[in-house]
Amino acid sequence: MRALAVAATFGVLVALVVVYFIFFLESGPAAIAATRGSDGSADLTLQTVPSYGHHPFPDWVSYMAKDPQGKWEHTTIFKVPAHTLIKVTIYQYDGDSGLRNAFLSGVSGTTGDIETINGTVEHGINANDAAHTFTIPDIDVNVPLPGINPNAKNPCGTAPCSLAEAHNTITFSFRSPGPGSYRWQCFVPCAAGFLFGNGGPMQTIGYMSGLIEVS
Amino acid sequence: MESASISVSERRISTPSAWSQVLGFNVIWAVALSIGGYALGHWLGSKIGINSAPQTETDQDDVAILMGLGFAVLGWMIGLGFFNYPLARIAGRPATLREREEHGAWRYFRLCTDHKVVAIQYLVAVLFFFFVAGLNAMFIRSELTSANATLIPAGNYLTLVGLHGTMMLMMMSAGVLGPLGNYLVPLMIGSRRMAFPRIESLTMWLTVLAGFVLLSATLLGGFPTGWTGYAPLADQAAAGIDSYIVSFALIGISLALVGVNMIATVMTLRAPGMHWNRLPIFVWGMVTTSILAVLAAPVLLAALIMVVFDRTVETSFFITSSGGSPFLWDELFWFFGHPEVYILALPGFGIVLEILPVFARKPLWGYRLAVAGMFGVALMSFMVWQHHLFMSGINSDLRPFYMFTTELISIPTGIIFLNGMGTLWKARIRFTVPMLFALAFFFNFLIGGLSGVFLSDVTSDVVTHGSYFVMAHFHYTIMGGLVFALMGGIYFWLPKITGFNLNETLGKVHFWAMFIFFNLTFFPLFAAGMLGMPRRVDSYNAELHTLNVFVSVSAFCLGLSMLVFLINLVWSVMFRRERAEANPWQSKSLEWQLPSPVPVYNFERIPTITSHPYGYGTPEAPAVADFGPHVIAGEGGLA
Amino acid sequence: MSEAAAVSGGPGAEPRHGVRIATIWAVATAIVLPLVIWVVGPHIPPGAMSQQTRDQHQVDVVLTALATPIVLLIWVYFGYAVRVFRNHGTAVVDGPPITGNRRIEATWLIATSALVLGLAVFGTADLLATGGAGGGEGPNPVAKPADWRGALPVQVIGQQWLWTFRYPTYGGVETTTLELPVNREIEFHVTSLDVVHSFWAIELGVKADAVLGADNIAFDKPFETGPFQVRCDELCGLWHGHMNTTGRVLSDANFATWITNQERKNAALTKQLPPYSRVYYPSPLRNAS
Repeated sequence: MRALAVAATFGVLVALVVVYFIFFLESGPAAIAATRGSDGSADLTLQTVPSYGHHPFPDWVSYMAKDPQGKWEHTTIFKVPAHTLIKVTIYQYDGDSGLRNAFLSGVSGTTGDIETINGTVEHGINANDAAHTFTIPDIDVNVPLPGINPNAKNPCGTAPCSLAEAHNTITFSFRSPGPGSYRWQCFVPCAAGFLFGNGGPMQTIGYMSGLIEVS
Repeated sequence: MESASISVSERRISTPSAWSQVLGFNVIWAVALSIGGYALGHWLGSKIGINSAPQTETDQDDVAILMGLGFAVLGWMIGLGFFNYPLARIAGRPATLREREEHGAWRYFRLCTDHKVVAIQYLVAVLFFFFVAGLNAMFIRSELTSANATLIPAGNYLTLVGLHGTMMLMMMSAGVLGPLGNYLVPLMIGSRRMAFPRIESLTMWLTVLAGFVLLSATLLGGFPTGWTGYAPLADQAAAGIDSYIVSFALIGISLALVGVNMIATVMTLRAPGMHWNRLPIFVWGMVTTSILAVLAAPVLLAALIMVVFDRTVETSFFITSSGGSPFLWDELFWFFGHPEVYILALPGFGIVLEILPVFARKPLWGYRLAVAGMFGVALMSFMVWQHHLFMSGINSDLRPFYMFTTELISIPTGIIFLNGMGTLWKARIRFTVPMLFALAFFFNFLIGGLSGVFLSDVTSDVVTHGSYFVMAHFHYTIMGGLVFALMGGIYFWLPKITGFNLNETLGKVHFWAMFIFFNLTFFPLFAAGMLGMPRRVDSYNAELHTLNVFVSVSAFCLGLSMLVFLINLVWSVMFRRERAEANPWQSKSLEWQLPSPVPVYNFERIPTITSHPYGYGTPEAPAVADFGPHVIAGEGGLA
Repeated sequence: MSEAAAVSGGPGAEPRHGVRIATIWAVATAIVLPLVIWVVGPHIPPGAMSQQTRDQHQVDVVLTALATPIVLLIWVYFGYAVRVFRNHGTAVVDGPPITGNRRIEATWLIATSALVLGLAVFGTADLLATGGAGGGEGPNPVAKPADWRGALPVQVIGQQWLWTFRYPTYGGVETTTLELPVNREIEFHVTSLDVVHSFWAIELGVKADAVLGADNIAFDKPFETGPFQVRCDELCGLWHGHMNTTGRVLSDANFATWITNQERKNAALTKQLPPYSRVYYPSPLRNAS
């Protein structure tokens, strides 16, 4: 009887350990799907916020994405269809911190190798003006995002930011590759307080790194 | 020194009431006080650190987290009562060994100075964390069934890899020294205790705490560095790395203390007549391992303290542009790290060379040479560390030297093979489960050792360095070597430790499944490495997909074989409870001349050692020891 | 098998185990060694795309060939012992009390020492003869290939988590793809902008750690045109497992066209880059915005 009780406790303990690890390993943001555009393209609407403002890391810089219902979600995992034109709009609310490798200040991999910044077509920006980049290295997509005017009167406080606050609007499009999971990340060392600016949010999916799941 | 002999009349074995057990210093208080300590330390740290570091008062406040963990360690030690004795001594109370005068299950949950209780605590703790880390390996292999990262998000995967590596390294370094070393060394040298019984208990409880502190990394966001903790990545990482630092430091302290305790025990507490050339080879294995632990672990501790300073007060030990260097971590870590991997090899040598003579029914062949070989390995292991840095760009003109020293270390390792071969010569082998594990040790370690020669050659190392080849190599030496030896040791000595026999059929099923699937798992990974699969990746070249699926399936079967062991262990000890004879293997060694399980004070009288323990084949050989007029009433006779 | 005689016969009938083991070992080696050298050998990675992979392949074949008799010796001995030196029946019988043999011990030590010395001499000679064998050798390589003076310098920059490449002899132009001319000595200068990475060009047989503030030089001479893979070989954080790219070895003419294109296409970007340098220091170190 005593042995049975010990064995049962033991079994419960093992189950708890297994469940805990599965729970830990699967933790992370949920994916959101790109919305279908009228011309067969898929649309992604994103914003970058200077600090997320909520648990667990309120002071971390972060990307956010708009779900098909128009609600801002805290995720960096996007589902897009394969071999489709993906139209991306990014509202950029953060100040500049400059690129470590200035080479990434040029636009590449997008339709026409261009981005539009507040309506103006650009092939690239000044490396020191970059606040973030949206880069998918495996398919050579790289779009630098310029920082907002440091003297702007109404900088964004807590995520999600609204269009009334100071921002830059960047649009570009690229063709999605074949099915698979592609990582994307920001290349501006924008993680405040971390060595080389590359720790914390830069190394956490859901903040400055994410996945594009092409199906 | 305190007197080694506590005479029989002084014993007062009392069983205090259950309530006084619960209310006394034990693990429940330790858990409560360490959680409270963490909260207090975190609060204090967040006050101290204000405005000195950019992350104060956030979830990433390293000062607060590290102080929290430090206070948790203090709370843990207070809760277990490790300060009672020193404080009592300061207050002028007499020296006692009161903690050992206990019976009953509660002594397993508190500070206990009986080396046999500590050893069993160690065994349970080490096996628990071994299985947790093994479970992590199963998750890793699940992710690697696909060539692209699919199952586990990238950051969590790195944490998983780091947890598996660090926990295995930590627990396996303590894995033989702790359970078998603490249990057997006093019995083998004819002592009633270890030299420093409270320190012995402390090392065990620090090991447990280290395991849980490491697991706490999952609550702090994980860590991306693997077990090698390379700076400056460790400087840069988020708060989870603080758990890695504190847990590895705890294990470093624990290892150094185990080593000091072991060396002091063997030097001072040998029974009369236990000359150095009568010492069982397992004890030599423990002594040489302890020398490595004492000399190597403090270097790790120093390096970890540097990382703490880099992370909290913004020193720049590992940051080039501020005058530090990432190479500093490389050097310090591997100066610890390479002796560390021999801390994971020497106990295995000791166990198999102890098991072989018993089941070959022959004396250990080349005893002196074996001891020399162990010392040779221990000495040489401090001279090879830069072979981990052949591609790093430092001291490239010293590469031939480190290539030479690395290859040199295969001479003392080769000696162990010669000892094994000599012992088997014209032997009368009995294929018991421990013997099967001992034989498999030589099979696996041969492959592990020879693959090391590929890694020692710089030209070949360009291909294999940092790849799955290395990973297969050290799994062959650590799992194929140490874990096989440890399993053999558990099957061999558990009847003595628990007093119950393990089931032989299940044992053989476990052995064959583990042996076959171990080789099927790790041998293909040599090829994976040479074909271009770096370590610690969650995606790899699609060409390697079939190979990896094969390896994963084998790894799952390997995991199931470990489950067979667990079932055997739990079932045999808790349910079947078949009483073991005092000397089921007919060994001539001293520990087997005692009853199973061993009585609290081991020896009624300290025996006089009359022979080395390998007197097989000589009918006129004297018994290993003279137990004096009061022979212990055990059911096993004296061999 | 006659092992029954080995146990049932008296001391006089004891077969000469040593001779039998040596014979089995010699026969096994005579059969297996040629198979290892000529059947398995050609398939041992990393192929023959460059001078360095040819050298590495050759060394691996030599080491495998040397390991084969050793493995066979241990396997044959243990296999023989397990079959012949076993206890038949349930009675526990002691073996002969042999505690050692000075001559065998000395022979073993001398043999392993000779082997080890031979390996060290072979390894050192090979390292020098192959010009570093494709491994990173730090800022002042001791082992250089014969034609190192005419080598094409290519800088490899590791950063979290991307490889970029600079060609100092082509205006310091930077690219994200690594393209190389065939039949020309390449001098890789590997460095990092942040943590430790390791540059592994798998089919070219090059491996060198990328360390901030360090210039790690490795030589390579590709012989065949075609693609090769680049991977990061040192754990460097979140996307370590994805820090890879595909490079190409091109004919001279194709390389000239490609590099000219890059120079033209990236002209504006090249102006923004810092001047070519052996190392780069990030600034600011701790980014507190």
